Parts: sequence; C-alpha cells; structure tokens
Amino acid sequence: MKSKLEKLKGSCIGIAGCGGLGSNCAMALARAGVGSLVIVDFDVVTLENLDRQYYFLDQVGQKKVLALRENIRKVNPDIDVQAHDVRLGPDNVVDIFKNCTLIVEAFDRADMKLMIIETVTERFPDKFIIAASGLAGYGQNNALRTRRLGSLFLIGDETSEVSAELPPLAPRVGIVAAMQANQALEIILDDLALVGDDDAWDES
Amino acid sequence: MTWRWSATTTPGTSHKERTMKICLNNKEVSMAGESLSVRELLTVMKFTFPMIIIKINGRLVKKEDYERVFIGDGDQVEAIHLISGG
Repeated sequence: MKSKLEKLKGSCIGIAGCGGLGSNCAMALARAGVGSLVIVDFDVVTLENLDRQYYFLDQVGQKKVLALRENIRKVNPDIDVQAHDVRLGPDNVVDIFKNCTLIVEAFDRADMKLMIIETVTERFPDKFIIAASGLAGYGQNNALRTRRLGSLFLIGDETSEVSAELPPLAPRVGIVAAMQANQALEIILDDLALVGDDDAWDES
Repeated sequence: MTWRWSATTTPGTSHKERTMKICLNNKEVSMAGESLSVRELLTVMKFTFPMIIIKINGRLVKKEDYERVFIGDGDQVEAIHLISGG
C-alpha cells in the first residue's frame, strides 16, 4: 500500500473549473493523498454557490481558486496547490496543465466542456481527461455511470440538463465529482494505458 | 475504415444511387450516397444539441472541422451530446 501512496503523492492532477464539480473533486483528491493539484477558475464565491460547492460562508466574495487552496491546506498543508485565477481557453490550457498527469473537466457550460475535451485530446495525446455530463436534479443514483472513449472518460447520466426545474443539487453533483476523483485514482494507481484499454461501448 | 478529408473524397451530394452503412453509436445505419460530412450527418440524424463529441474510428473531430471531415462506408461514428451542469 505504501507504494500506492507514494504514487499518488508523486502525481499531479489538473482541475479545470472550481465550482460544484471542481471544488468537491479537488477536496476528494487532496484527502486521498494526491501530491499536487493545479486548480483553475476565474470566478468568485457567491452565496448561491454554497448549495453544492466546497466553500464556506466566510469565503463569499473570495476568488474561488484562493478559497479552495485554503480549504485544501486546512486538510493537508503539504499538498502542492497551484492556483490559477484565469479563464481557460484553447490558448492557455496547454501551458497551465502541461505538468499534470491527467485533467479533470469540471466546467458548468457545455461549450467549455467541449473546448477542453477538444484541446486536451488534440494537444495532449498522452493525457487522460475525465469529463462530466448530466448531473442535474436528484435521485436516480444508478443512472450515473462512467464510459470510456479512448483517452476520454465521461461521467454522468448524459441526459439531465440543468434548468429552473432541474437545478444542480449537492448530492448528485458531489457523487459525480467523487466519481471523477475515483476515476483519477484508478488511472494513476492501475497505470491505465491510453491505448488498448478502451472499453467504450462494452456496457451499453 | 479510413479517415476522409474533403480533398480526397466525393461529397455526399453526388452518387445518390449508392448507399453506405456506418456504425453510429454502436448501431448500423444505412444512408444514401457514398459519403457525407459530419455536419450533414448531424442534420440527417437530427442531432440538434449544440455541443457534441464526435469520434470517427476513435478519432475526435473538432467542431470547426464538421464541414470538411467526411464519413464513408464502414466508418464507426460516435456522437455524444454534452450537457451543461457542474
């Protein structure tokens, strides 16, 4: 087990977006023992964010990346947290995440999800990306699943779009964030290969 | 099972008498013509979601290339729409 912990300690995970998915995923990875995290977001914590995001009342108004780094350090001050207060786009993804073992897509908007999936697939053919799609509402635990397409892992129910009637709620968002973190651990600890392990449609 | 760029293929508008079979999201689909662009496929299949991951034979096609990447007989296509929320 010690060697596995060492493996996690030596890994660096990039987290694109520090909202409901990113903040919860980062905390799970920090607690699990990942040594370095690169967290990226341009936003500030609002009162409304507290319904599902890993922030606290006294952090409202703070930059998300700084608040999240503070929360991670409260759990484990030894983790190396690189915080980037910037809006991600095709031009800066490569530079910001170049030293990461893998990247977690934790955006809210679908166009941003597609942007980082396209950019990482094209520019980092040697890195996995773990994305999320479909997590709004409540219930239907078993609709949340993982499927793999090459270097992309896609987690969620792939149908529940956020709307006024179907808001993102803490339990389901948290489950998907934890599934993303769990997938990251599997990639690192089991040395998943980029080619040959593709089981894209096995479960459907 | 080849990657087709517009420069080397005939667009789907000609050879209407011909048909092709592709594997779309793990299901066999027959269509008229010998090839069609990713954009045409999305229209024909009524995939109206604005954000879709398209993979042809395992290779990701960027949104900006939908007009110039063509799908032909025997190709395996995956089209997965991305949903907002996080």
